[in-house]
Amino acid sequence: MNSSRRRLMSYGETIRQTLHHAMDRDPSVLVMGIGVDDHKAVFGSTLGLSKDFGTRRVIDTPISEAAMTGVAIGAAVGGMRPVHVHMRCDFLYLAMDQLMNLAAKWSYMFGGRMSVPLVVRCVIGRSWGQGAQHSQSLQSFFMHVPGIKVVMPTTSADVQGLLLAAIADPNPVLVIEHRLLYGIQGMVPSVFRAAPFGQTHVRRTGKDVTVVANSYLVVEALKAAEFLSRHGIDIEIVDPVSLVPLNAGPIVESVRKTGRALVTDTSWVSCGTSAEIAALIAEKAWDRLRVPLRRLGNAPATCPVSQPLEKAFYPDAWKITRNVFEMMGRKFPEGKWKDDDIQFKGPF
Amino acid sequence: MLRIRLSEQRISRLYPTDKIQSPIHLSTGQEAVSVGVCQALRKGDHVYGTYRGHGLYLALGGGLKGFFAEMFAKTHGCSHGKGGSMHLVAPEVGLMGCSAIVASMIPVATGDALAASIQGSSRVIVAFFGDGAVDAGVFYESVNFALLKKLPILFVLENNGYAVHSKVAERHSRTDLHRVLAGVGLRGRRLEGNDVRQVYGAAQEALRSVRQGAGPLLLELTTYRWQEHVGPQSDIDGSYRRPGEKARALRRDPLGICRHALLERGATSRRLDALCARTESEIDRAVAFAEKSPFPGVGQLLRGVYR
Repeated sequence: MNSSRRRLMSYGETIRQTLHHAMDRDPSVLVMGIGVDDHKAVFGSTLGLSKDFGTRRVIDTPISEAAMTGVAIGAAVGGMRPVHVHMRCDFLYLAMDQLMNLAAKWSYMFGGRMSVPLVVRCVIGRSWGQGAQHSQSLQSFFMHVPGIKVVMPTTSADVQGLLLAAIADPNPVLVIEHRLLYGIQGMVPSVFRAAPFGQTHVRRTGKDVTVVANSYLVVEALKAAEFLSRHGIDIEIVDPVSLVPLNAGPIVESVRKTGRALVTDTSWVSCGTSAEIAALIAEKAWDRLRVPLRRLGNAPATCPVSQPLEKAFYPDAWKITRNVFEMMGRKFPEGKWKDDDIQFKGPF
Repeated sequence: MLRIRLSEQRISRLYPTDKIQSPIHLSTGQEAVSVGVCQALRKGDHVYGTYRGHGLYLALGGGLKGFFAEMFAKTHGCSHGKGGSMHLVAPEVGLMGCSAIVASMIPVATGDALAASIQGSSRVIVAFFGDGAVDAGVFYESVNFALLKKLPILFVLENNGYAVHSKVAERHSRTDLHRVLAGVGLRGRRLEGNDVRQVYGAAQEALRSVRQGAGPLLLELTTYRWQEHVGPQSDIDGSYRRPGEKARALRRDPLGICRHALLERGATSRRLDALCARTESEIDRAVAFAEKSPFPGVGQLLRGVYR
């Protein structure tokens, strides 16, 4: 097959096909989690795997996140390559002891003699009333503790490459997906190939303001870019799909070029991923900043269910746009902004 | 057992010199549990332990030099000086890891048993944990899963009477810990864990059943912690202990029981004393090796965070 040929595929379907490919190629790969073998199959991402590979390798787990994370770690130590799936990132709080105290430390505390080739997939929920406990993105928790790699694939191609890289990696890797990306189509290579960790992608080039955006926020940033370009402002969108290891190079380079940085993140600002990236910019591009750098994330509140509050809670294209106008010292053209319809209709 | 006892006594003697700069949790008085169970294992079986893991490491045949070098946090330690007393490891003899978070290795051991079952491997997994671990949710969750999947795992509940300083009866509505999960179908057996012959016999029987695919089993082995929860000293006279416990513990000293049995079977005191002397000089050599082993270079600080 010609490796340059590409196919158009949704993010969710890409996950499914990538898992299928990985399981087919390596009998030690197993997929486990709540509902991985049911008819909904984690938003379709594990659909058909149990039929093709059997329920010994596609394991519907009891609702015991803490122990099941330990089970996944033990299966990895015992020679398997488990992919443990969570329908919501929020459930990972239950698994923190196992992930932080064991998975992240196993290699180091045993003198580098052993490793835990574990993949944990989790999905961020947003909109349609996900509320307090179905909406969180926990990347900063995992960036804080050494020993776990963290990726947030944005496109279909990202998720194909990074999921394969995660499965092949000897370390624990957290793959944070976004529910709103599942239906989005993107080009994927028709030959499965792992992407290297530590990549930061420039999603759009521009000269005026650097907007750092990850996961679903890239979609919002691109919407903002379209509006802004109609008003003569040209933003550059930089997406650190790999948060651990993080390649700050393209971010710093972009900020050195534009002199303005707006760092967005799918989670809260305080001690968050946006704080970390803003600090890196301050350390490495301070001399080029023409205006103070800004951060944009969730409002410092629990995620509300009411739609007007939910809208106010999340960072989106409109908030990105307003911030960019202010950073450019320009007045926001009131009345010109038209909100999109709600993109996602429930139930999830 | 003798090697464990004498090694830990040596650690206690060395501790005030500050050459061992890390918390230690001694298993003195509990030697028969590790030795009895590990003697019944086969090559290729996997074992997971806790921060009170000296006995387990040595019972499995982990090297004495690597053991003392790890106590001293030196390069030639079993965890290359990064783990210390609480994180012993010896995959070459089946010790896959020890954790300092109570109960945390129970699900990990269960996962290894899942791997063995998927791989069609003949290995059996043993999870060692204390009575304190029965307080934790992951114990119940793991047992449920192990039963559900009929996994080849033996749960060894080493009941030494105290979780830190609390008795079982102060933490549990019922104290027959081997039966607390009978409701979900876990078959458990309780016996005294100070007579190594009895422990060995019970472990052999349990492991045979697990190996034949009959699913998980629990062995509750009652024993007694002679030492502090953490630290080099004995607090067997401590105020938190019940009167009479000390006398009973000394009467049921696993080494005393073993020595008596060996003498009854024709061993001579002289031979047993010679064995002690030989073990002491083996420890002398291991300590000298550990003293000489270098500390890890600062260049090692960032090595091993990721593989």
